[in-house]
Amino acid sequence: MSIAAVLLVHVAVALVAPLAVRWLGRRVFYLCAVAPVITLIWAAGISGRVVAGERLIQRIDWVGPLGLGLDLRIDGFSMLMVVLIAGVGLAIFIYCRFYFSDRPDLGRFAATLSAFAGSMLGVVLADNLIALYVFWELTSITSYLLIGFEDGKAAARSAALQAILVTGAGGLAMLAGFVILGQAAGSYSISALLESPPAGAAVGAGLILVLLGAFTKSAQVPFHFWLPGAMAAPTPVSAYLHSATMVKAGVYLIALLAPAFADSVPFWRPLVIGVGLATMLVGGLRALVQHDLKLLLAFGTVSQLGFLVVLVGSGHPDLSFAGVAMILAHGLFKAALFMSVGIIDHQARTRDLRRLSGAHRSLRSTMAVAVVASASMVGLPPLFGFISKEAAFEAVLHDSGWVVSAGIIGGSVLTFAYTARFLWGGFADKELGHGIEPARAFPAAAAFVAPAAALALLTLLLGLVPGPADKLVSASARSLDPEARGSLALWHGFTPALGFSVLTVAAGLAMFFSRDRVHRLLKRFRVRLSASEVYDQSLKGLNRSADRITGFFQNGSLPVYIAVILLSVVAIPSWALIHGFNLPGRLVFAESWGQVAVGAGILAGAVFVARVRQRLVAVLLLGAVGFGVAVLFVMQGAPDLALTQLLIETLALVIFVMVLRHLPSSFRAVQWRFGQALRVVVSGCVGIFVATFALLSAHPGGDGHLAREYIERALPEGGGRNVVNVILTDFRALDTLGEITVLTVAAFGIASLVLVGRNREEEPDEA
Amino acid sequence: MKPDRSMILATSVDLIFPAVLMFSLFLLFAGHNAPGGGFVGGLTAGAAFVLRYIDAGPAAIRTPGRLPGRLLGAGLGVAILAGCIGWLGGGDFLEAIKVSLELPLIGTLKASSALLFDVGVYLVVVGLVLTVLAVLGAEEQR
Repeated sequence: MSIAAVLLVHVAVALVAPLAVRWLGRRVFYLCAVAPVITLIWAAGISGRVVAGERLIQRIDWVGPLGLGLDLRIDGFSMLMVVLIAGVGLAIFIYCRFYFSDRPDLGRFAATLSAFAGSMLGVVLADNLIALYVFWELTSITSYLLIGFEDGKAAARSAALQAILVTGAGGLAMLAGFVILGQAAGSYSISALLESPPAGAAVGAGLILVLLGAFTKSAQVPFHFWLPGAMAAPTPVSAYLHSATMVKAGVYLIALLAPAFADSVPFWRPLVIGVGLATMLVGGLRALVQHDLKLLLAFGTVSQLGFLVVLVGSGHPDLSFAGVAMILAHGLFKAALFMSVGIIDHQARTRDLRRLSGAHRSLRSTMAVAVVASASMVGLPPLFGFISKEAAFEAVLHDSGWVVSAGIIGGSVLTFAYTARFLWGGFADKELGHGIEPARAFPAAAAFVAPAAALALLTLLLGLVPGPADKLVSASARSLDPEARGSLALWHGFTPALGFSVLTVAAGLAMFFSRDRVHRLLKRFRVRLSASEVYDQSLKGLNRSADRITGFFQNGSLPVYIAVILLSVVAIPSWALIHGFNLPGRLVFAESWGQVAVGAGILAGAVFVARVRQRLVAVLLLGAVGFGVAVLFVMQGAPDLALTQLLIETLALVIFVMVLRHLPSSFRAVQWRFGQALRVVVSGCVGIFVATFALLSAHPGGDGHLAREYIERALPEGGGRNVVNVILTDFRALDTLGEITVLTVAAFGIASLVLVGRNREEEPDEA
Repeated sequence: MKPDRSMILATSVDLIFPAVLMFSLFLLFAGHNAPGGGFVGGLTAGAAFVLRYIDAGPAAIRTPGRLPGRLLGAGLGVAILAGCIGWLGGGDFLEAIKVSLELPLIGTLKASSALLFDVGVYLVVVGLVLTVLAVLGAEEQR
């Protein structure tokens, strides 16, 4: 099976799901689960070769002349990501089956989630910068649709908009960065770029832009605020996109680039590690003051993403190894934790820890899952989180300075503290505030808990028997950096790393037991200018300035609209007209007396149009001018043009008469002198421009080779004797397609403008 | 019938309307070799509807429902489909593919995907005219 087939399976499922939901109902998620199952089977099939260090490549030609290829490759690191995406995806789809009740838009949700899974696989499989960008944006778009799934809620809509604006802006910066890198490297192939990394000032700028994209996607400070906002999404989405997979795309990209650029680019390490550490601490501190369990986990995810960025971004072989292990561990335990929150929310109808008390009695299995996953998150043995965190501590102590070590320790202590707060808040017996009844939690179905339990079990098994994970992690670290080494084991002896772990647990416990004091202290540090406020203000500013610009150019006066349109028509192309001004040598005044007569008629009509006061008369005269032009076309032997002109004039006349009823029957005399002068100037400019344009375009460069070529090629190549039609439907068919698209848009525009006006008028009657 | 509806006009429109529609189809199909084509054909069909409108007033076309929208959508769809046929023939998007069929009794029938494309243009233009008539015509009636 080729790599592309894996992506196509997801596309197929996404297409079928909305139809299948009619017969399957909620079981449509089982159908969706087929795609990750196939992906996992495929991955298992090639795992032997990939773990051995082989790199499988598939090239698909996309836009050949631009050197654009839909190149796909799978090596150790992408293999690990594929397993994570498909594995967690499988659990999520099964979880969805129980999370949702039957609702009509379930097919849309299932399709979007499948489409997301496919796009995310595309991100980690792409071997071309542009292809990577396309898949990257596809994940942003599907994320937008999934966050805004509850589209009846304003909060969900604005959270979705915020997420796509932040990640989309980062994505655009990243695209520019990709272009700079691709031009500098002479190739858009990612493998080629990493094998012989380009250097220079431009590359530095390009990398900053790419990092901007990675930081926004992976919710790094100061762009972290969109991730907690994205918690408006249904919980399966938060578990899948906003903890296990999509937010790791930035981490993935940094991990990919770090070995090639961390040493050669001076600002790389300070920037990436600084941002990562700041994110880790900010996320941890903010998690400590949340009351909503899901938000608590979201800030926890922000913190963990910062940790991952520090690990993979340093470009050091040992740290890369630890980072890859952490990516896997985090995907497993965080998805399980989110699913547990979803179960609490589903069974108790709240996830506010101020309203939850004693849930451990009814949600016993859920609590077991949450405890195991939490223990893995804080790094307690014998869980996989402990092993990977040990590897991280080991590498950090060995290779990084004391600042990074201290930051990581601090972040880990915070992790312990907020995780303890999470478990306490979700399940413990506690005193609630005055007059608050604890929310009653109903026991959850075993199958509902099963997917989360499976992930928790996996994090336990991989902790006890780290062999298979070790193989996969080693292979993926080696594919990033051939020198990467390290081993995952439960017991390394009494190492400094173990001391770190003990210290973390002790300090974390201390923080948890003095939680009231910590909470009061943190509440006192109110941030004056938070990042989300900056976002709100800039969005408001953008809207305000757009309002002003629109208000200036579209002030409700039809003459002003027309003047703006006409002047832009004149202003822009007339530059080209003056530039290539080349009057044809032989000018003919007229070819027959008939032409002179018709021309005089048209002129007279035009003059009268400008003079008459009655609107109806003006419209009729305008029609007469048009018909005169049609007659000219007939005399010149252009029946197609004449026919079109005639029909257009007829239709325009009828439509004009329909609208005329709403306008005053005669023109008002223009009072304002300046306005009148302006009209004359604008009309004069347009008249001169159009006349010159017609004169020059009839003789491009003196010989009509373009026209001759069309006429010569029409019959043999287009298969038609009517050149005009062959041009429209064959030679320039793409233009025609564009034009009929514009016509369609215009039709809907007219309909909605008129209908909106009508509804507004009718509103008072209905009230 | 509206009280002020002219009998002469009504009768002649009833006669002319199908003829003009037929003529518009003729223009559409003849377009590749003679004057005509999807655009002109569509406008002619639109003119036929305008005739109805002049005769019977907005009542004639006031409730076209979703027809204009469907025509627009169908037209765009057919045009894009015609473009995709170019791919099937191994060429580029919108590259015209020609087939000639030998039919008994009738003779040689030549068809081109450009004609299908023109059908799409025709439908879009008719849809546009109907939309405008329906929307503005209904507006006028109030």
